[in-house]
Amino acid sequence: MNGIHDMGGIHGMGPIQSERNEPVFHEAWEGRAFALSMAVDGDWPYGADRYQIELIPPEEYLRQSYYEKWVTSLVELMIKAGMVTSAEIASGKAIRPRTKAGHVLTAAEVPSMVARGYPANRNVPATPHSRAGQQVRARNMNPVGHTRLPRYTRSKIGTIVRDYGVFEFPDSSAKGLGEKPQHLYSVRFAARELWGEQASRYDSVYVDLWDDYLEPA
Amino acid sequence: MTTTRRDFLAAAVTAAGAAVTPELAHAQEHDHDHGHDHQVVPSDPALRVKALESLLVEKGLVDRAALDALIDTYEHKVGPRNGARVVARAWSDSAYKQRLLSSPDAAIAELGYGGLQGEHMVVVENTPMVHNLVVCTLCSCYPWPVLGLPPVWYKSAAYRSRAVIDPRGVLREFGLELGDGVEVRVWDSTAELRYLVLPERPAATEKMSEEELAALVTRDSMVGVGKVTLQTQGARA
Repeated sequence: MNGIHDMGGIHGMGPIQSERNEPVFHEAWEGRAFALSMAVDGDWPYGADRYQIELIPPEEYLRQSYYEKWVTSLVELMIKAGMVTSAEIASGKAIRPRTKAGHVLTAAEVPSMVARGYPANRNVPATPHSRAGQQVRARNMNPVGHTRLPRYTRSKIGTIVRDYGVFEFPDSSAKGLGEKPQHLYSVRFAARELWGEQASRYDSVYVDLWDDYLEPA
Repeated sequence: MTTTRRDFLAAAVTAAGAAVTPELAHAQEHDHDHGHDHQVVPSDPALRVKALESLLVEKGLVDRAALDALIDTYEHKVGPRNGARVVARAWSDSAYKQRLLSSPDAAIAELGYGGLQGEHMVVVENTPMVHNLVVCTLCSCYPWPVLGLPPVWYKSAAYRSRAVIDPRGVLREFGLELGDGVEVRVWDSTAELRYLVLPERPAATEKMSEEELAALVTRDSMVGVGKVTLQTQGARA
């Protein structure tokens, strides 16, 4: 979706404020919010949590801090998945028992969960539609769902630098339409192709794009 | 959104307010001038998260000990010290450096790191003529196993919006002025690849041990917004 989250190239967001010796969590609730988001086994598809954050209205998206957005997303996903009800969230009290016998992460399982992660590459055959060195154009597409094709690359011409192999395609999985595994590439765009003459002729932006985002240039 | 934030908070205050107020009052003492009595108003997200955690524990959907373990992992075990060790090893051992650039997941795993939000790593090398900078314009993707959780500036609208359109301006804000002829490569982590910058090894460090080198490597240098010098003090966590 063409949301506020797609920030590349926007002006007016102010100076970058770097904090010396920044703590991992500024307040205890941030740690709890982080851990809740990691621990809840919601079984929602890959990309759905990101899409839920993208659905936060722009004024709220800009106002809420990082972990506030995580909590907003988590609550909405759990309601949609039937794990909690809006009434329970509103009251803070359980009204009906847990309906789904999902797995509850234990402390003993945390190290292996962290060490394993959630690989997104897929060992399935898929025909690559592009190859290293080839010029491609990022499609001019404006899907209303989740996508990883940033607006600033659309209709721009780049060069395939590398084929990373076959990966799950979040545009499809976030909608619950299946993984649609396909080749994922590193695509180099000259800074001047993206931003015009104001950019340095030496600079470039590398973006990771799936086959469905690309057409021959 | 089916529940507005305001509705939620009003209810959450009723449900959890009394229980959490003393704890929050303590937390807020650090930020307030004292010498007067004041009514402590708990910050909204703190209440909201407290109520949510209680609800999920009550429903048997999360285990509090697992939450504690997750927080402990990212506060004390996984952080930019890991990346600094990877960088120092690459500086000290050219065969390791080749492996790191060609098969980053395996090379990083040699030091015992990998996994969540670093399942698929790419390492990009800075040289006198090439400077790499990492951003995630769509979200805040960051290589957790080697750098830990991202700092606030990395997640900020200011950084995410500007790193791709004005990388040299961004670097200047971090105190880094690059020569016109230096090539800047910005890596926008839009997919599941996560990027680590291998910074340039500072001059006059030939005699330093791997451990001494690691102590110089900063988080910022591994994102590409800083350089490593003899004066830099590496990331703590």
